[in-house]
Amino acid sequence: MSSFETTIGLEVHVELKTKSKAFSPSPVNFGDPANENTNVIDWGYPGVLPSANKGALESGMTAALALNAQITRDVHWDRKNYFYPDNPKSYQVTQQQTPIGHDGYVEIKKEDGTSKRIGIKELHVEEDAGKNSHSGKGYSLVDLNRQGTPLVEIVSQPDISSPEEAYLYLEKLRQLIQFTGISDVKMQEGSMRVDINISVRPIGAAKYGTKVEIKNVNSFQYAKNALAYEEQRQRDELMAGHEIGQETRRFDEPTKSTILMRVKEGADDYRYFPEPDLPAIHVSNDWIKKVRSRLPETADDRIIRYTNKFALSKKDAAVLTQTLEMANFYDQAVDDGADPKRAANYLIGDVNAYLNETQLDLQDTKLTPDHLSGLIKLIDNGTISTKQAKKVFTAITDGEEPKAYVEKHGLVQLSDPTKLTPIIDQILDNNQQSIDDFKGGKDRAIGYLTGQVMKETHGNANPKIVHEILLTELKKR
Amino acid sequence: MTDFFKENLTSLHKKLVDKEISSTELTKEALNKSKSSQSEINAFITIDDQGALKRAAEVDAAGIDANNILSGIPFAIKDNIITKGLKTTAASHILDNFVPVYDATVIEKLNKLGIVTIGKTNMDEFAMGGSTETSYFGKTANAWDHTKVPGGSSGGSASSVASGVIPAALGSDTGGSIRQPAAFNGIVGLKPTYGRVSRWGLIAFGSSLDQIGPLTRTVKDNARVLSAISGKDRRDTTSEDQSVPDFTKGIEKGVKDLRIAVPKEYFASGIDEGVKDVVKKAIAKYESLGAKVDEVSLPHSKYGIAAYYILASSEASSNLERFDGIRYGFSARKDDQTLEDLYVQTRSEGFGDEVKRRIMLGTFALSAGFYDAYFKKAAQVRTLIVDDFTKVFENHDIILGPTTTSPAFDLGSENDDPVKMYMNDLLTIPVNLAGLPGMSINAGFTAGLPVGLQIIGKRFDESTIYKTAYAFEQDSQLFTKHPGVNF
Repeated sequence: MSSFETTIGLEVHVELKTKSKAFSPSPVNFGDPANENTNVIDWGYPGVLPSANKGALESGMTAALALNAQITRDVHWDRKNYFYPDNPKSYQVTQQQTPIGHDGYVEIKKEDGTSKRIGIKELHVEEDAGKNSHSGKGYSLVDLNRQGTPLVEIVSQPDISSPEEAYLYLEKLRQLIQFTGISDVKMQEGSMRVDINISVRPIGAAKYGTKVEIKNVNSFQYAKNALAYEEQRQRDELMAGHEIGQETRRFDEPTKSTILMRVKEGADDYRYFPEPDLPAIHVSNDWIKKVRSRLPETADDRIIRYTNKFALSKKDAAVLTQTLEMANFYDQAVDDGADPKRAANYLIGDVNAYLNETQLDLQDTKLTPDHLSGLIKLIDNGTISTKQAKKVFTAITDGEEPKAYVEKHGLVQLSDPTKLTPIIDQILDNNQQSIDDFKGGKDRAIGYLTGQVMKETHGNANPKIVHEILLTELKKR
Repeated sequence: MTDFFKENLTSLHKKLVDKEISSTELTKEALNKSKSSQSEINAFITIDDQGALKRAAEVDAAGIDANNILSGIPFAIKDNIITKGLKTTAASHILDNFVPVYDATVIEKLNKLGIVTIGKTNMDEFAMGGSTETSYFGKTANAWDHTKVPGGSSGGSASSVASGVIPAALGSDTGGSIRQPAAFNGIVGLKPTYGRVSRWGLIAFGSSLDQIGPLTRTVKDNARVLSAISGKDRRDTTSEDQSVPDFTKGIEKGVKDLRIAVPKEYFASGIDEGVKDVVKKAIAKYESLGAKVDEVSLPHSKYGIAAYYILASSEASSNLERFDGIRYGFSARKDDQTLEDLYVQTRSEGFGDEVKRRIMLGTFALSAGFYDAYFKKAAQVRTLIVDDFTKVFENHDIILGPTTTSPAFDLGSENDDPVKMYMNDLLTIPVNLAGLPGMSINAGFTAGLPVGLQIIGKRFDESTIYKTAYAFEQDSQLFTKHPGVNF
């Protein structure tokens, strides 16, 4: 096994979160009825012309800067010619010669604690195609809503040497992109897709092995599984003395294997040339400076802030920064006055458990940062017990305002000694045995008596105050 | 009866304002002439009786706008310019039933000014050709001699204006397609600076070269139409944010001390002697009017044709890929077809030979392994041609020369030799490659046919072109000569 080495390069497409399309004023909106977000430009009508969306190029610059890439100063657009029913102009407008970003890198943390730098060859902005669906009744349906949606394509160097590294790279890339805010990076909506190139060669071989392409993988786990399968398949082929064919395969989820789509005989000829309908763009120093100054805090910077300022553990800070939504939620709750430690514990514990259970994304729940901070404040000021807090948490997942909920359901904690003392006296009167035990040095008795008080008060008594009064009253007896 | 040979936009406007004539009457006149001329010159693909009369009635009802010289004036539009609700074919079978859902920017602008479109004029298919013989809808004839070509590709627009059918028309010019037919028909045709007029709604041929421009009988009319259609358009980001002057302003200033350059390459062997004679006389006239004339050199212009046919065809091969027989236009759809069969069948039947030839040429020039040898090389030549012009314009205001290598040739005479046909554009193509404005006006006659004087200006300096053209026109009074036939 160890006599082979694997070379992996990934091309990741990320759909940009812009209001309008890359080269037309049609809105970008996932999930609308078919062909609703289209106009004559998207239909490829005769006589129409594209207009470049400046915001899309700026998003590309943002991503490039987040990936430590150099910015190309003179950018023009290129046409990539190919005909397909969901590509009505018959060419895709892209940046083949002048990608907006080049020569960047992403740093991944491996499980053994070491770091590795994965080079980014280039990052370019381009437009997406529409979507074909095949009815199976002899005709196909074309939806052009996605046609012209701006994308960034991020091309890695072949620096990735295992399926695990590929997974870590994709996770890191998603996190970096997500924290810039240019994309939602939702795999399930196809806003992040991966094309894989993988080759295997005997260690020490001078040349790379033959590259196999796996197209359009839409989950990181699938990418990892596809790579694991493909790595093994290629090793087996080589061990058996076979040659690896230059081919395009697809990942088949049910069997966790890759399946041959087509054998490549030569490179596709896209007949690239500069797009004559769009003027070239000069990217000025000032423009780069402006975009750089607007770069949001990265996940890594947030981890540092959380550990320094809020004394969170590195591990907890890492969990909070897995998604931008979680990190923003946390920051807002703390800004709103929640105790940072308790807020972190809630998000890592109860909130994550709730998300797992309901299979929801945080932004799709009814939870809000100020409701969480409200709940935490009620615990901290002694209004509710941690036990009551469980009920209140369930209520805020339903969108209830915590303070109003507590008042409405009489969940206020009983802390008033003038009210608690008579109850405690009554219980002591009925439990002479426990008093004797206490006097005999058995501390357990206190626990039992506290339990009785809680039972009597339906859990509303403040355990700290109960404990204090109990000690005082016991000494009196 | 209105005689368009005796009128210009100013005189027609005055009659409309004075209610001597209504737009409806003027429109009927143009419609009648367009129809009665069809059998002789076949200048139109579509004549829109109903639409034009409805529109003219609207303009009449609203009242002629006295401040707006185009109000109520009938126009003809080349059939590669998109007109909402009016069939637009680019003279191709593949679009022969295409009725657009939007208007080109130039049409929006002209409509706002109250023009009446009477129809769509014939042209070479997708503007590919120099004789209006590659049209799916038959050939158009030259206004002066119906056995000769009208030039191309805006042959229908040029011939209809020269024949007195219509006072003004729009054409498009990718390598000379306004100037060459203007020269062949003895009228005024301007290819504006690239970026002066929006291309939104112009069915693309060579996107980096195409430009819409006016064809008229007089220089002043031409200037008026250019003022109306120019300007930055947010839908065409290659259009430039340049002020749009009234191009008739200062047109009468004359050419005293104008520094004229005459490229020696424009008088090389291969140019018809009769054409040379007429143009040389015209240039001498400028000297007598006080202009200073120098011989200059445009050393790379001879490579213009080769570079042009690579670049324009490459862009065309990409621009024409969208015609698939699915979403609009002609479709060869049959029940038992596969998708690929449908594409192949539609394009085989839908495109004519010249269009297929250029698609193949462009596809080849862009293909892997040939890009550097062809497309890239051609782009480099283009830069050299731009530099040639820049150098000349350092010391000169205007360039003069012939528009064409010969006067109008016989219909059918060059059909079998595409390269011979391509050579006709030798003198106009460099202007497109450099993105400069260029005009053709009638300089005189040889063998009974008009000869074009080409006037080339600096980028966005159409004003100097108009001033230069106007001086000769007023001196020569050639615009008063016309083919004689009155449809």
